[in-house]
Amino acid sequence: MSREAILGSIRRGLKRGALPEDQQAMLRGRMAQHPRHLIPARSRLPHPEQVALFIARVEAEFGTVERVPEAAQVPQAVADYLAGQNLPPRLAMAPHPALLALPWAALPLLSVEARRAEASDLVAVQHGFAGVAETGTLMLPSAPERPTTLNLLAETAIVVLRSADIVGAYEEAWDRLRAGGPMPRNVMLVTGPSRSADIEQTLELGAHGPRRLHVILVDG
Amino acid sequence: MHITSPAFKENAARALGDARLQKALSRTGSHAKRARAVAALPEFERLRDTGRDIKNHTLANLDFYLEAYAAKVEAAGGHVHWCSTADEARAAVLEICRKAGARTVTKGKSMISEELGINDHLEAHGIRPVETDLGEYILQLRREPPSHIIGPAFHLNREDWEESFRRSHTDLPADRVFHERRDILAEARTRLREAFLAADVGITGANFLIAETGSSVIVTNEGNGDLTQTLPRVHVVLASIEKVVPTLEDCTSLLRLLARSATGQDFSVYTTFSTGARRPADLDGPEEYHVVLVDNGRSAMVGTEFQEMLRCIRCAACMNHCPVYGATGGHAYGWVYPGPMGSVLTPSLVGVDKAAHLPNASSFCGRCESVCPVKIPLPKMMRHWREREFERHLTPATQRRALGLWAWFARRPGAYRLAARLGLGALGLLARGRGAFTWLPGAGGWTKGRDLPAPEPGGTFMDRYARQKRGAGR
Repeated sequence: MSREAILGSIRRGLKRGALPEDQQAMLRGRMAQHPRHLIPARSRLPHPEQVALFIARVEAEFGTVERVPEAAQVPQAVADYLAGQNLPPRLAMAPHPALLALPWAALPLLSVEARRAEASDLVAVQHGFAGVAETGTLMLPSAPERPTTLNLLAETAIVVLRSADIVGAYEEAWDRLRAGGPMPRNVMLVTGPSRSADIEQTLELGAHGPRRLHVILVDG
Repeated sequence: MHITSPAFKENAARALGDARLQKALSRTGSHAKRARAVAALPEFERLRDTGRDIKNHTLANLDFYLEAYAAKVEAAGGHVHWCSTADEARAAVLEICRKAGARTVTKGKSMISEELGINDHLEAHGIRPVETDLGEYILQLRREPPSHIIGPAFHLNREDWEESFRRSHTDLPADRVFHERRDILAEARTRLREAFLAADVGITGANFLIAETGSSVIVTNEGNGDLTQTLPRVHVVLASIEKVVPTLEDCTSLLRLLARSATGQDFSVYTTFSTGARRPADLDGPEEYHVVLVDNGRSAMVGTEFQEMLRCIRCAACMNHCPVYGATGGHAYGWVYPGPMGSVLTPSLVGVDKAAHLPNASSFCGRCESVCPVKIPLPKMMRHWREREFERHLTPATQRRALGLWAWFARRPGAYRLAARLGLGALGLLARGRGAFTWLPGAGGWTKGRDLPAPEPGGTFMDRYARQKRGAGR
């Protein structure tokens, strides 16, 4: 069997058999403890400065950020953003309790459907699990209430994120994710809108994924 | 993939005379981009040590981590197909596609897929593979192999794109105008959306496999890899065995190096971790998740002087900084992996008899090693291949005789110095006051590309060194 052939060949190269049990236990311990390595100093900041760094990094990567003091203001912020971009007031939204609880009904002109994204959707609203200040990266783990297609299919992706969920380094976001249970099926780390430099090494936005990435940051 | 590495010299000569290729190669912005990203992260140098150590630790326990990884994939409802050879891997992919009743297969960019020749194999069996990375897509239209492991269409110019799109997308008006690069991109986006939605199976590569969680990781800027692995009913991951790392933290440290080294970005746009198939109550994601785990010659590198090559994270910094790659482009190397990393890896995977020219296609300037994010001693390993080439009598007879002659003198310092003095004197006479030779008998190939400086008065290096030492002693 190829499995045995591959493992056997590796062991011959390493000039040993299968690892003895005590060494295996040590390696299992390393995986269970998953020690951190060097974490760059750039994100070792008080939380308000991490939020500022996150915003600066998202903007440097061609994303946009709007801060709202309270969650209840998110629907209006979404409606205003769509109007400002000349986009129709229609969107697919993650069926996440935190988003479903928002006062969408107060905006009768905005059509909101809580579901996964379809190819015809122009605008998607996703729930942000965490933001990583180090590079302005959003962590978007899949779940029934956070479908992956919302990150990908629409030309305009809006992510609603609580400022409190911004951390400094990726490692802190991993720990938050681990606290919620086993590894989700899909975890996307998203840094800015889709792009390609395949044509003459010149950057163009909006390759296959969203052309626009807008983060609504909820302070309250 | 058909290999033309034995014809490297002819390939290179052709590449140097190809004006279109030289125009594409003259775009060398990648140096500055990497340098800027590295300068903005003061810890970068220390992270290179970390990256090297993580990979070394993994390779020293590779059997353990592969088994741990496979167990986790299976616990998450995925399937692992262990494949020793390219044939086995092709068969495994075809079998998965057949079981899925696949007619269209979308693909994310994957160098291992090129190595295995997956597209030809699927096509031969009536399945349509569609490359979705923009660069790979145009190469599929043009039936060309990639010339770079990160930017596969590195060798093309904008007019090549327009030409290929007009020739292939014949249902669109022939007189349409591409005002901007953006228009080319938009046409590809529309075209590939149809493929994404039609695909029954999506095949991606993997930048990393994580033993702790059983996850496969892809890194893209376009989002094509994510659409490939999210929309079809079946997701197949093609990955070679050295991609495994122990934990999310290990992977994270390597990711800090990868994008900076590859494209000069702090982080790529999409870094995605996939673990098993769609979970109950999920609204999207593939129903089946398969990993085709490929050896194809890598396990035989473990324990040899080429083991360190298995640290490679495929960032392409070495080729971006290589003067030889910069002059010839990637196709001249004649197989999947060009540039310095290819010059070391290709002989390991296809045999030094076919790839002996590649480790010789280096001036040993050392830039590749100096930018490698996991500090692979690429020049040292090219030297190992040159030794093996010599030992196996693959080196041409004239070169062997010349090396033998040089070795005879090198072992006899007195004779060496005498010969050097005589040679220098003869060159000095020949120069007759000129500063440099534009041509020399027997060295026409060398002087074709550059001048040989004429010896300056003052004797050989050793003579001058001795004089200086005497002077300093006074």
